[in-house]
Amino acid sequence: MSKVANERSVIHPYHRHPAGSQPPRVYEQYRSTPPRNPSKPLIFLPHTLSEITGPVYGHDPIGETDNDLTRQHATAPLGERIIVTGRVLDDNGRPVPNTLIEIWQANAAGRYQHHRDQHPAPLDPNFSGAGRTLTDENGNYRFISIKPGAYPWFNHYNAWRPAHIHFSVFGRAFLSRLITQMYFPGDPLFAHDPVYQSVPDEKARQRMIAKFDLETTQPQWALGFRFDIVLRGPDATPFE
Amino acid sequence: MTMEHVPTPSQTAGPYLHIGLTNTHSITQIAAPGILGERVRLKCRVVDVEGAPLHDAMIEIWQADANGHYNHPDDVRASETDSRFYGFGRAATDESGACEFETIRPGNVPAPDNSSQAPHLNVAIFARGILLQLHTRIYFAGDPANDSDPVLALVPADRRDTLMARADPKHPGSWWFDIHLRGDQETVFFDV
Repeated sequence: MSKVANERSVIHPYHRHPAGSQPPRVYEQYRSTPPRNPSKPLIFLPHTLSEITGPVYGHDPIGETDNDLTRQHATAPLGERIIVTGRVLDDNGRPVPNTLIEIWQANAAGRYQHHRDQHPAPLDPNFSGAGRTLTDENGNYRFISIKPGAYPWFNHYNAWRPAHIHFSVFGRAFLSRLITQMYFPGDPLFAHDPVYQSVPDEKARQRMIAKFDLETTQPQWALGFRFDIVLRGPDATPFE
Repeated sequence: MTMEHVPTPSQTAGPYLHIGLTNTHSITQIAAPGILGERVRLKCRVVDVEGAPLHDAMIEIWQADANGHYNHPDDVRASETDSRFYGFGRAATDESGACEFETIRPGNVPAPDNSSQAPHLNVAIFARGILLQLHTRIYFAGDPANDSDPVLALVPADRRDTLMARADPKHPGSWWFDIHLRGDQETVFFDV
């Protein structure tokens, strides 16, 4: 064995989610959840090195237009140009630097560039709808895109998803991994959307809504929105 | 945790996750040829309560190298990790609910109580209908270290089999792992 094989890694267990802050696994109104989630109780797992480590080094280089979804084709896509910016923090309030954020979204008409999306709304040849970036040393990130449209789905009669951008974030640990959706303020569809409504606590639901921000907004060019993301963080007290 | 900093709620990755995550950024080769360790070709399959395959799921894997080291700053032994081995993979499932990874069998990983964990892969599952990712683990059936693994010890004995990858007798080095999201053969999932 190697010379430091007996050296112990210090394990900082991560905080557990506060009650009501995350959606339940089965939410009947969202009809795909019952057949795709366990009926038996989950096994409580005290954190080991396997859970508190995770892919932190990024996967591959970020391209020059990866964080600007309006510059990935010959001309600009249709739609309201937006700037989405914010910080990634852990639940101790510490910035999460150099972490990968990936986003994807529908175009301004509410159509995804995906072979299974059959919504009869036009595709935009100038919009792929995918972006990626790394947070800077203070946890800041920034994307330029267009505001996605709302779109219908088959969950129930006359079901429509509020406009949203999918966000995927890694953080420092495999258990800090987060995939969520960012919504836009004041959307009348919130009250009718079981995905949004699945989160029990109202304050928690509001954490998924970006804030319109006049300071981020650029005159004669783009509306600005702020969306801060909080990931699970480690407890201060380590044990070995 | 502070009052102002409660984690952002998770939401489903939805049916079109491929656009942002796997169309151009899937990683099915976790270990390139030449990386130290016993080669493993791992085929995973995800099915729902009816046994119907999920053609719109994504599986992510995080694992240690053949010495049981994670390529991460919190693993104090990380300097010994082969820098070419990153330990992360992800893939979308196909029409048959399956995806395949090329990797190595990891080594034993330390456990907090000074014991050690049997070789295992950490797995997260994302899909339409999954609001918060499901976490499970893949162990290797027949590995003698399984008997003393502290995490398997937390699982009722009659359900441990659901965490075992099965060697394919016809193809040496190939392993199968079925994930039953719900039902009689329901896989064990962990509250991490």
